[in-house]
Amino acid sequence: MSERIGVADYPLAEKRPELVAGPRGKALSEITLEGVLQGEVALEDLRITPMALRLQAKVSRAAGRPTLGENLERAAELVGVPQAEIMRIYELLRPGRAQSAEELRAAARTLREEHGAALMAAFVEEAAEAYEARGLFRRRF
Amino acid sequence: MASPNRWKRFADWDERPLRLDRFAVEDAANGFAAFSSPADPKPGLAIEGGRVVGMDGVPEAAFDMIDRFIARHHLDLAVAPEAMAMPSAELARMLVDINVPRADLVRLAHGLTPAKLAEVVAQLSAIEIAFAYAKMRARRTPGNQAHVTNAKDDPLQLAADAATAVAFGFDEIETTMRVARNAWSNALACAVGAAVGRWGTLFQCASEEAEELRIGMAGFTSYAETVSVYGTERAFIDGDDTPWSKAFLAAAYASRGIKMRCTSGAGSELLMGFHESKSLLYLEARCLCLQRAMGVQGTQNGGIDGAPLAATMPGGIRELMAENLVAVWLDLECASGNDARTTESEIRVGAKILPYLIAGSDLICSGFGSILKYDNSFNASLLNGEEMEDFLVLQRDFEADGGLTPVPEGRILELRRRAVDAIGAVMEELGLPAPSAAMKESVVFASGSAETRSYTPGQVGAISGAVEARGISVLDVVAALARRGFRPEAENLLSLLKLRLSGDYLQTAAVVRDGRVVSAVNDPNDYRGPGTGYRVSEARRQELYAIRDVLDREEVLRAEARSEKDEARRIQYRTLGPAEPGGSPREVVIGISPAFGLKLFRTLAEHPLSAILAAMTEAIAARGLTARIVRFRHTADTSFLGLSAARLSASGIGIGLQAKGTAVIHQRDRLPHNNLELFSNAPITGLEHYRRMAANAAAYALGEMPEPVIVPTEGQALGSRFHARVALIYAIETGLTEDGAAPEELAVRWPARAA
Repeated sequence: MSERIGVADYPLAEKRPELVAGPRGKALSEITLEGVLQGEVALEDLRITPMALRLQAKVSRAAGRPTLGENLERAAELVGVPQAEIMRIYELLRPGRAQSAEELRAAARTLREEHGAALMAAFVEEAAEAYEARGLFRRRF
Repeated sequence: MASPNRWKRFADWDERPLRLDRFAVEDAANGFAAFSSPADPKPGLAIEGGRVVGMDGVPEAAFDMIDRFIARHHLDLAVAPEAMAMPSAELARMLVDINVPRADLVRLAHGLTPAKLAEVVAQLSAIEIAFAYAKMRARRTPGNQAHVTNAKDDPLQLAADAATAVAFGFDEIETTMRVARNAWSNALACAVGAAVGRWGTLFQCASEEAEELRIGMAGFTSYAETVSVYGTERAFIDGDDTPWSKAFLAAAYASRGIKMRCTSGAGSELLMGFHESKSLLYLEARCLCLQRAMGVQGTQNGGIDGAPLAATMPGGIRELMAENLVAVWLDLECASGNDARTTESEIRVGAKILPYLIAGSDLICSGFGSILKYDNSFNASLLNGEEMEDFLVLQRDFEADGGLTPVPEGRILELRRRAVDAIGAVMEELGLPAPSAAMKESVVFASGSAETRSYTPGQVGAISGAVEARGISVLDVVAALARRGFRPEAENLLSLLKLRLSGDYLQTAAVVRDGRVVSAVNDPNDYRGPGTGYRVSEARRQELYAIRDVLDREEVLRAEARSEKDEARRIQYRTLGPAEPGGSPREVVIGISPAFGLKLFRTLAEHPLSAILAAMTEAIAARGLTARIVRFRHTADTSFLGLSAARLSASGIGIGLQAKGTAVIHQRDRLPHNNLELFSNAPITGLEHYRRMAANAAAYALGEMPEPVIVPTEGQALGSRFHARVALIYAIETGLTEDGAAPEELAVRWPARAA
């Protein structure tokens, strides 16, 4: 995505509507009440896309908020990750759930290899290292 | 009974609501220290080879999870050496210096450690903190958030109260449940209610993490703020999370197009028993650096659940302000607390909210209890449904935008009715237990759930279970609304959903105003001194002014006109000609004001003027004296009415009487303001007082020294109750005065009494 995006392009829905569409390609203007009533608009059409999140990450960075940009980039990677998998990894990241760093590293591999979530994978690996250093891999009751 | 060895004022004080508040001694070792503790580290940062090897007195090898996360993700090492080298006093001065742009300070904050941030803001006084907050907060336009809950988890009331909160102008509404499994029902009801009237109010359903995310994915909610972080590692683990698990959740919310902020606040570590003897502010600075590090756009901050605990400590309230300042300095959206009720004292409530109201905040309360205290399932807020109008008046008093707008009674009723009809139609359409007309009616008019006859707890549970089990999504609700003729509401709800596609509201401090996303990106706080930053526009000023039941001159005249007819039946004034000095010393002259009985007909205590004059005349006659009634037109002032009357009176004693009921006994040779007796509090002066005053005037005329008549006051704020009316009435009196106009002798008759 080479689009140059800055604060002047924000809000995207107003300033750059041509860049905004649902996962099935429906533009904002195509999402209408009639469409909902006809069954042409599904919840799926109202989900944010990785592209929109990456565009917003650019806006964040341009506005001087790099950490927000990083979060939105990680989020872009999670868009395609099924809800159950999200909740599984979240649960695994909670204290004492994983019994070893390897369990977290395995989750990171899944993120990287199955979901193309390289940033999030690195983030989970960083957690594995931190949990090891702080002795979080102990049994909690 | 022997009186105890105690000044009784203490007993009076014991009865005040304030004494229900408990205060705690400063005790840093046990975590009771607001701004600094011996256990707080000195600020410091060691960088070697582009890596943080020590922070705030802790070497890298000893970093806990929070240190590690902050060092890795918060600190901008390109800025840190410069920022950390600056003296804290200089940074503190920059925060309140209008010539230092916000952006410069935000850049420096990226390189400051928690201990340094805490050390800087601790140097500011309360007013400096408030001022710096006004300068540093992220979005220019202030906003507010409401709680919408009720004690029965009643969906009808939730819908009606959501619509009401939306009408008052809240940018966000937040619900939660008495019974956790009712979450889906609450979500459905608030989503529908918030779509009534206008669109754009963001909505949250605070519940268990996983369920909250699922409700969000079903489209009912648009933001979340239940992601709590803590300032010590042990508290974090006890809260069953880590910085990485919370940051993962933050990304997960964004990946579902849901706005999200973290929550942190003073006292949470202390409440959880893991405070490490550190000060509230230092621990909170850690929480806030952590939140910036996680990349969340904002924070719900300022004590929150710990605020009542912070408020027990010396400087605790100032600390809550200071931590909010750290939040905005770190460029986070700040939903600035002012939620959990920190006190039973209404004075402390007002004092707590004022700095935020006048400084403005992204969300002044997080939230404001838009419902009655007992209906607040988060517990009572600092401000609640009971106090909504107090807040509206504070906005008007200070011409400060607290995010709310007064709404006329009729409009509220219309919206509440529309909301219960809409949710009722949705229930029917979706095959959920539909409400009866009587249920809806009871909710429309109810101030709180104690007055409603609506769903039973079992029915609510069944509704919630059905929404969840049948996988009903917000689109089903949109369609149901449209099919049942609630098209505006269907469009409103759909518009809110469409926000998700662009993700515009994921940027810092985003809210929706007039159908547009407004955030720190396109509405950045550009305060640089007077005339800059957020200013209340003329149109907005008029909105803030429009509280109900305000007085104007026409209203005063209308009220007087209503009395005029009655008075015409009771009393007749006939002008006899110019009044002359009296002949017989057995008289008291009653000098009445220019508009008395002509334009004005009752006292501030609502006594007809005919009755006052009758009581006085009779009392004077009872001592065998004559009351001579004279109208003065050269003055409306009580003292001069009295003195002029005294000078006309052969006894040397006169009474001055204004139409509003202020009365004085005067004596010929006295200085104008050195009268014999004065009733200055007309609103609490009764007929009997006037009768006794007149009797006393007669006594003075007979050379006696009677006991003066005292009108007892209970200390009412009579000025606040009456002065607007007094000023308008008095202007009517002075409007009739004429320089040098001669006094007129009146013949007064009371036809009914004569008959």
